[in-house]
Formats: sequence, structure tokens, C-alpha cells
Amino acid sequence: MAHVSRNDAFVEFERVQKSYDGENLVVKDLNLTLPKGEFLTMLGPSGSGKTTCLMMLAGFETATHGDIRLDGVSINHIPPHKRGIGMVFQNYALFPHMTIAENLSFPLEVRNIGKSDREEKVKRALDMVEMGAFGGRRPSQLSGGQQQRIALARALVFEPELVLMDEPLGALDKQLREKMQFEITRLAHNLGITTVYVTHDQTEALTMSDRVAVFNDGRIQQLAPPTELYESPVNSFVAQFIGENNTLEGTVAEVNGNRALVKLDDGEVIDCKPVNVSKPGERTRVSIRPERVEYNKDRMQEGVHTLQAEVLEFIYMGDIFRTRLRVAGNDEFIIKTRNAPDQVRLEPGQQIDIGWMPEDCHALDA
Amino acid sequence: MSDATLSQATAVNEPSAGLTTADGKPLKQALLRAQSHARRRAFLLVAPLLAFILLTFVMPIGQMLHRSVHNEGFTWHEDVTTGHRTPIMTNLSQWFDDNPLGTEPDEAAFAALAADLVVLREVKAAGQAGTRINYERSGSRSMFTKAARRANKLEAPYKEALLELDEDWVDPSLWRVMRDASSSYTANFYLAALDRTKDADGKVTQVNENRQVYVKLFKRTLFLSIIITLLTLILAYPIAHLLATLPLGKSNLLMILVLLPFWTSLLVRTTSWMVLLQSQGVVNDALVGMGLLGDENRLEMMYNQMGTLIAMTHILLPFMVLPLYSVMRPINPSYVRAARSLGATSWTAFRRIYFPQTVPGIGAGALLVFILAVGYYITPALVGGADGQLISNLIAFHMQKSLNWSLAAALAALLLGGILILYWLYDRLVGIDNLKLG
Repeated sequence: MAHVSRNDAFVEFERVQKSYDGENLVVKDLNLTLPKGEFLTMLGPSGSGKTTCLMMLAGFETATHGDIRLDGVSINHIPPHKRGIGMVFQNYALFPHMTIAENLSFPLEVRNIGKSDREEKVKRALDMVEMGAFGGRRPSQLSGGQQQRIALARALVFEPELVLMDEPLGALDKQLREKMQFEITRLAHNLGITTVYVTHDQTEALTMSDRVAVFNDGRIQQLAPPTELYESPVNSFVAQFIGENNTLEGTVAEVNGNRALVKLDDGEVIDCKPVNVSKPGERTRVSIRPERVEYNKDRMQEGVHTLQAEVLEFIYMGDIFRTRLRVAGNDEFIIKTRNAPDQVRLEPGQQIDIGWMPEDCHALDA
Repeated sequence: MSDATLSQATAVNEPSAGLTTADGKPLKQALLRAQSHARRRAFLLVAPLLAFILLTFVMPIGQMLHRSVHNEGFTWHEDVTTGHRTPIMTNLSQWFDDNPLGTEPDEAAFAALAADLVVLREVKAAGQAGTRINYERSGSRSMFTKAARRANKLEAPYKEALLELDEDWVDPSLWRVMRDASSSYTANFYLAALDRTKDADGKVTQVNENRQVYVKLFKRTLFLSIIITLLTLILAYPIAHLLATLPLGKSNLLMILVLLPFWTSLLVRTTSWMVLLQSQGVVNDALVGMGLLGDENRLEMMYNQMGTLIAMTHILLPFMVLPLYSVMRPINPSYVRAARSLGATSWTAFRRIYFPQTVPGIGAGALLVFILAVGYYITPALVGGADGQLISNLIAFHMQKSLNWSLAAALAALLLGGILILYWLYDRLVGIDNLKLG
């Protein structure tokens, strides 16, 4: 079966399936195309198949069915050491019995690169991650963040065109993680390498990636740039998984092009944007982001449907206020408002009307 | 200058020396008292073990080491029933003290010997004294018992009288042995353990070629132990790796199979090897039955070195598997994966990444197996035949059969010393803190 690759396709998964036991599919019919230089994140809960995909790409797992191509060449039968793919592991996997410089030198040595060349490249890679002074140390003498940098430098030192990262920041504390997120993206873009990044942290996925593939149950649920993913989730799994989200359940009453009317279970009717509902009578789950909910009458658009809500809890978080409401029988309805001078502070027990732009309210699958 | 800094430093620290507890007691004293309770309790907890080790390990070994340089066979006699100790060979000992080594034994010497023989006869110690001399000069025991029997009838000139009984009484080597034995402390047993002896002039020489056994046996023990260590390593490494990489449920099952021989009696395992390997055994019968082997040239796999090798390798295998396993288990598979992704072939990844991380386990296993093998006794005794015996079998022989305990002790001490040297070498090369037994 001849296949003509698209010109910009650098990494391709075509109808890839993977099963470990012959009974269950861990990856079900995966199709994915990456252009050169893209930073793609595979995001999903554990067991969703994202790491398996990465391992298949790296060559540590074989696809049960389908084809994986790198630069137009099928790599199904190429052993990992001939794929020339850099990889950063979750636990860094720095060789404990070697110094940092030896760790970095290893991929160059197995490629039979001369000694002076090797030293030059190792030095450049260490400088790149600002660890030039640490060449003589052992991995155990470095902090987690430093080890992370070395792991990154080692994956890049032999100048691969594709780098895979398997939850590389999982073991770092929050502050360091944010710093490293920035550094990794900067490096990846500066060097122009194609990156496939696996994580279960959605903030990481949103801040770092050109595109994000949201995995669940062995399938890609949505493949889109972060903005689109956040603003227009295509199904309720994606909406739930990415960012914070309020859901209300109901039945579609009317669909009219870009507008739908949804009758909530307690009888109230709201305006929505139909995403994957098509006809009246369908059950739907409506999703609204907490920061898109408005309760200040002055700021609400004319003519939108409003809902009655009771304030249950008001949490002061510094830059924002987080308020928990009871809306249409849902006690976990959250709204977030910016801590602006003119912002109204709500009190528990207060009855308010809330509303939102119909475009921000997505009617998704139930 | 340094004094000045020192006094300055103490001056800075001085306030802390005066710190007191809330009720006015010195803080240091209070701390000591608070800790002494815990310390005493900890000591009491380990005291039984300490006493046990002192009693069953340190003392016997110390006694054994002492026995290797100390033998009273020619100096004291102890009456078994009364426990009364009598000095023997005192006259001769006096003559040896007065006359330096190399002096031709004169009439005075023979007179002293005759007087001592009378004592030997009285306290019935001729056999004991003769045995002590016999250790270093065979054929001497009967000379002493015979002479002691007739000690009362000996008359001056004593030299002629003794020569009449046995003309060997003028043998210079006999007099050299008696001179050494007249002191309780001697290094001669170590010389004997190294196939060496002193000639009549007291010079150290090799013993007669057909009596050189110990050095050969030490060498064989060393050689076989090294071979066994290598064999167990080669056999255990893949098994340990498999155990370490399998999921825990399956590896536990396999681990039981590894440990199963551990729980079976050593004797049972050894004898089952005999059943398998002897010339009329299962293996030979099967080979003959399949026509791979003629009935007349059955393989000799038992009662020789081969038998010792096979049985000991099997018996010591778990001691290699366990340390290797304990080192391999925590090695994260991502190390090898990382090496592979960095461009290493599976062989390079093993050689440069996996193997170096298992070295502490190899060291521990090899040291354990080697030390056990060097001192192994029961298996070579049962399956070793003539040329599969190890040094420990000879030690046992001297303990139980020839009753030359001093020589047995000297051999054992040399073995112990050798192992300690190897241990030291290991520490220098690999480092003892790299040892991981589990």
C-alpha cells in the first residue's frame, strides 16, 4: 500500500493500534501528523495511551498495527538506537556511574565522534542549559532542576531533529517547573527541533505547546492549538480535562444554526453554542468556564438568559475571587472574578442573577 | 598565631559551656544522662548477641590461632583424671638452653634425656612426647615409648645405652626437632602447613617431594574456588536479571525456585548429585541408553574434581543470585532505554550502562561464593574422591584422624589469613562500601 506523505509531515502515525495482551487496545486507531519544528504535547490522564504512543515513536514498543513514519520513512522495524531521536525521561535517567560530562559524551562516543569534537559539543550543550561548571560532577550531586537540565542537554547534544519528553517536569516543584517550561520551549524553538511532549498537567500543555493532542481511552479526543482547545472544546471530556469548568445537564430544546436552546433539568432555559448536538430532544452537558460567568448587571449583554444563583462560599485568592454557587441544582458551580477596585464582593447566602455570552456556553455530548 | 585563634574560638564558645537546664543543672550533664539511658538500653539489647559471638566465634578462633603456634606435647603433661600438670623434658630443655643450636649432643645431653625418660615413664607421657616429635620426624614415637619402657634400666654411659635401643638417637634432625619442641611456642606447624621443615642446622627447607601436599591443596582450593565463583556468576547473572525485570508476582514464584535448594538439606542435595552423576547414575545411563555413549566409556563425573565442581556450583548458586538480584532490582529500566535512545546498541548499553551498575552485586556475590567455596568441606568430602579434596578436608583429617590439632590450626589460620588478604584486596579495588548483599 503505497503512501504519499505530505511534504510538511515529519512525524506521522497512520492507523496505529497497540495492544499488550491481545484483548484490550491501549491505543485505538491513532492518526497524527506533525510538521517539522512543531512542539506537540500529548495530554491525557494516566492510562490514556499517550506514553505508549511516545514509546512506540521512540522504538521501545512496537505497534500492533499501523505505520509510524519519520521524515517519510517507516520506522516500525528500525531499532531505537538507529532512529536518532533524543529522549528525556521522567526520572531523567542520568547514568549514575558517570560524571555529567561523561553522560553528555555518551551519545557522541557511540556515534564514534572524535575526542576534540566531543568535548566541544559537550561544552556547547552544557553552556546551552547554563550548566557549564558542572561537567565534573555526578548526577547524585545535582538538584532535581539541574538534573533536568542535564537530561535535556544530553537529549540534544547529538543534534537530533526530533526530541521526545516523557513527563520531564513531573518531579520538580511548582516554581522550578514553571521556569523549566519556559526554558524548554525557548530551546526547542531556538534550535528548531520537533518536540513531542507527554504530560498529564494541562497547564504545562497549554503554556508550552504549538498544538495539544488530548488523549483519552486510547484515542485523540481533540488535536488543536491551546487557545482553541480551551475556548472551543469539542466534547465534554476535553472541556472537563482542560482548565476549570462548570457543567449543567439538560435537554436540547431547539437548534438554530449557531444557537441552541437548552432546557436544564430544573426547567430553566439557556442559550448555548451547539458543539456536538444536532437535534432537539438530545441529552446534553453544557459547559461554561468560571471566568466567563458574569453577575454584574451592568456588564451583562442585553437580552441574554439569566439564571438564579445562591452564593455558597466566597474565597479571596489575592489576584482573583473564587465564588461557589448553587445554580440549577449544581452546588459546585464556580465563578472567578478579577480583583478589580470596582468589583462587587459577594456574601454567602446572597441571591444573584448570573449570565454569559451564548458563544462561551458549549452544548456538548452528555 | 594558632593559639590566639584557638583561644579566641573558645572565648566565643564559652557562653555555651555555662548553659544550664531550667532547674539549674549543667546542660551537658543533663544531655549525657538523658542519652545514657537510651544507650544503656541499646547495649542491653545487643548484649546477648555480643556474648554469643564472643563465646562461639571470637574465643574458639582465638584458641585455634593460639594452638597453631603453641603445643605442650613435649613440655607439659596433664593427668586426664586428676588434671595435675607435670613439667616434662626439663633436663633436656635445660641442656638445650645451655648449649646453642648445632652443638653435638654430648654425654650430658644423653644423661638429661635419660633422666627425662624416667619421668616420662613415671607419668606415662612417653606416647605424648613421642607424638609431638613424630609430627616433625616420622618414626620417632616408637623410639620414645620403647626407651621410656626401659628407662629404669638405662645406665651410664647413656649415649651408648640409648644407641643400643635405637641407633637413630644420634640423628641430628631428631635433636633439632627435640630442641624446637622443648619450647611450647613454635612456628614449625606453619612451616609444615607450607610443606617446609627445618633441617638439622635449623635452616628452612622444602620437605621431600612426595610429602608435599599442603601447598598443592591450597592451590587446588584456590583454583577450584575461582572456577566455581566464575561458573556461579555466569549462571546467576541472567537469572538474576530475569528475576529483577519480571513483574513482582512472577519473579516471586521464580525466586522460590531459586531458594528451594536453600531449604533442602545440603546432604540431600549432595547425595542427589551422586545419584545423578556417578558412573552407573542417571546421566550416564541416559547417555548410554540414547546410544550417545558406549557402555564401556561412561563419563567419570563423580568422585573427582568434576564432581566437586558441579555439586558446589549448584549449592552455592543462590549466594550469587541473591546479591545480584538485590542490586539489579532497583536499576530503573529507563537507564538502558536512555542509552538505546542515545544511540547505543543493546550490547553497548549493557556493557557501559547496565553492567557497571551491577558491579557491587557481582563483587558481593563473588566474595560470598568464593569465601564459602574456599572453606567448603562436606561436599568435596562426599563427592570429591581423591583429587577433588579441598584444604578443609585436610584440616578435618588432622582434627579427627591424625589428631595433629596444631597443624590443623596452622592450616586453618593460613586459610583465614588468605581470605582476609583477599578481602583487603577487594576493599582496595572495589571498595567494601560498594558491597551490596541485599
